[in-house]
Amino acid sequence: MGAEAEVRRAPLAVPTGAPRPARPATGDGGTPRKVWVGWSWVVRAASLLAAAGLWQLLTVTDARIWLRFDRLPTLGEIGAEAGRQLTTPLYYLDLLQSLVRILTGFGLAAVAGITVGIAVARSRRTGYVLLPLLEAVRPIPAIALVPVAILLFPADEQGIVFITFAAAFFPIMVSTRHAVRALPTLWEDAVRTLGGGRRHVLRNVVLPGILPGVFGGLSVGMGVAWICVISAEMISGEFGVGYRTWSSYTVVDYPAVIVGMATIGALGWLTSASIELLGRRATRWLPRAEGSRA
Amino acid sequence: MTALAALDGAADRRDGPAGLGFALDGLSLGYGHGMVLRDVHLEVVPSEVLVVVGASGSGKSTLLRALAGLLSPFSGKILAGGVEVAATSRDRAMVFQDDALLPWRTVRRNVELPLRLRKVPRRERGAAADTWIARVGLAGFEERLPRELSGGMRQRVQLARSLVAAPRAVLMDEPFGALDAQTRAEMQRLLLDVLRDTRATVVFVTHDVDEALLLADRVAVLGQRGVRSLIDVPEPRTPGADRSELRARILEEL
Repeated sequence: MGAEAEVRRAPLAVPTGAPRPARPATGDGGTPRKVWVGWSWVVRAASLLAAAGLWQLLTVTDARIWLRFDRLPTLGEIGAEAGRQLTTPLYYLDLLQSLVRILTGFGLAAVAGITVGIAVARSRRTGYVLLPLLEAVRPIPAIALVPVAILLFPADEQGIVFITFAAAFFPIMVSTRHAVRALPTLWEDAVRTLGGGRRHVLRNVVLPGILPGVFGGLSVGMGVAWICVISAEMISGEFGVGYRTWSSYTVVDYPAVIVGMATIGALGWLTSASIELLGRRATRWLPRAEGSRA
Repeated sequence: MTALAALDGAADRRDGPAGLGFALDGLSLGYGHGMVLRDVHLEVVPSEVLVVVGASGSGKSTLLRALAGLLSPFSGKILAGGVEVAATSRDRAMVFQDDALLPWRTVRRNVELPLRLRKVPRRERGAAADTWIARVGLAGFEERLPRELSGGMRQRVQLARSLVAAPRAVLMDEPFGALDAQTRAEMQRLLLDVLRDTRATVVFVTHDVDEALLLADRVAVLGQRGVRSLIDVPEPRTPGADRSELRARILEEL
C-alpha cells in the first residue's frame, strides 16, 4: 500500500482545466500488457499442472530421495477416490459443515475485531481497559484453547466456532487498530470544520478510511480461521472436512487424506479470493496503476 | 478606521448569512511543549477579507487552526461572534492546502458532505452541490473521484465544499500553496469572483505577498511575538491598482 500512496500526488505542472491523464506513465506499453493478461491464465494453470506433474512423477516412480514418496498415492489413485467421494452426500455434508463453521466464526470475528479495533484506537480509556487483556490473550494459539472450549461450551459445534472466532479475531482487530491510527488527521479535521461531530467522523472518515487496512486483516484472518477450524475438527467433532481427513488417516486411507487436503485448499482459496474481490470493490478509490490487480 | 475600510470592502459582497467577527485576546498557541505564538491580539471584522502573512514557521496555520476550533489555546481566548471558541463549528468552514477531500467520495458527494451532516434532504443537497460545482467550473466532473483530478481541480472542489452550506466564516490555509503559478492565478480569480457573492468573513493565510494584496481588505503580518502590523489595503480587490508601496512595506515587516 505504501507504493500506491506515492502515485497519488498530482504532478504540479498539469493545468487546472485538464484532468490528470487517467492512465499513469507505467501503462504506456498497452499492447504487451494486454497480451500478458491474456496469457496469465495459461501461466496460472500451467503452474498448478507442473506441481501436479511433479507429484505424479515422484509417486509413480516410488521415489526415495531422502524424502520418501513410495507410500503416497498417485494422481490416478487420488482422482479415483475424489470421483468416488464426489458422488456421496457425506462429502458435501462435511464440506457444508466446515463452511458453516468457518463463516460463523469468521463473521463474528470480523464484526467484533473491527469494533474492538476502532474502540481501542479511538478512545484512550477503552484502550487502557482492553489492551492489556487483549495483548495477553493474543499470543495463545487459538488451537491451544481447545480444552477451554470443551469445558466452556455445551456442544462441540459451538467450541469449534469459538476457536475459529478466536483465531480470526486478532489479525482483524490488530490491523483495524493500526489502520485507524494511520488515518490522516486531515480528513477528520475537514469533516469537523464542516460541522461534523464524533459520530460523523466515525461514519464518514474512520469506517471508509480504514477499509484498505481492514481487508488486509480480513485476508489474514480468513487464512488462520481455516487452519484452526480444520485443526479443531481433527480434535473434536463428528463432521467436517478436517474430521474426515483425520479419520481417513487413522484408517490408512491415504488417497482420501489427499482428497481432504485438496478440498481444504480449494475452499481456502475460494474464501480468500472472495474477500480479495470484495476488498477491491470496496476500495476502488485507492490510487492504483491501471490494469494492476493489487 | 480599519473597521471602516473593511466595511467598505465588504459592501459589494451581499448574499448569505452575516459574516462572523473574531476577537483574539492575549492568545498563546502551540503543540505539546512548544509555544508557537505568544500574546496575539487581533480583531477580525465581520465580512472582511483578512489575509495573514508571515514567514514559514511563524504560526499562521496554527492561528487558523485555533480559529477553526481544532486547537485549544494555551492561554488567552478567541471570541467568534462574541462567543468563546471551544470546538469546531459549521459556521467556520476551513479550506486546507491539499488532500483534504475524502478520496472515496466523488466530487458531488464531497461537495454535498456539509449538507448531509446538516441532514438536508437528498434532492436539495444534490441540487445545491451541482450549483456550486458548476460555479467553480467543474460541471461534468461530478462523478469523478479526487484521484482523477488535478491539484487545481481538487482545490476547486474544496472551495465549493466549504461554501456550499453558507458558513459565516471561511478559514483558508494556504489553499493555493501547492499549485503552479498559472493555476494559482486562475484560482485567485475564481476566489475573487466567488467572494463577491458572499458575506462570509474570510481569514486567508499565505506566504505570498502579492496574493495577500490581491485578495485582502487588510493584511496582518505575523511574527513570533504576535501580530507585527495590520495594514489596510485601499480599494481592495481592484485589478490593476498599484500596490508597490504596500508590497515593499510588508516585505520589510516580514
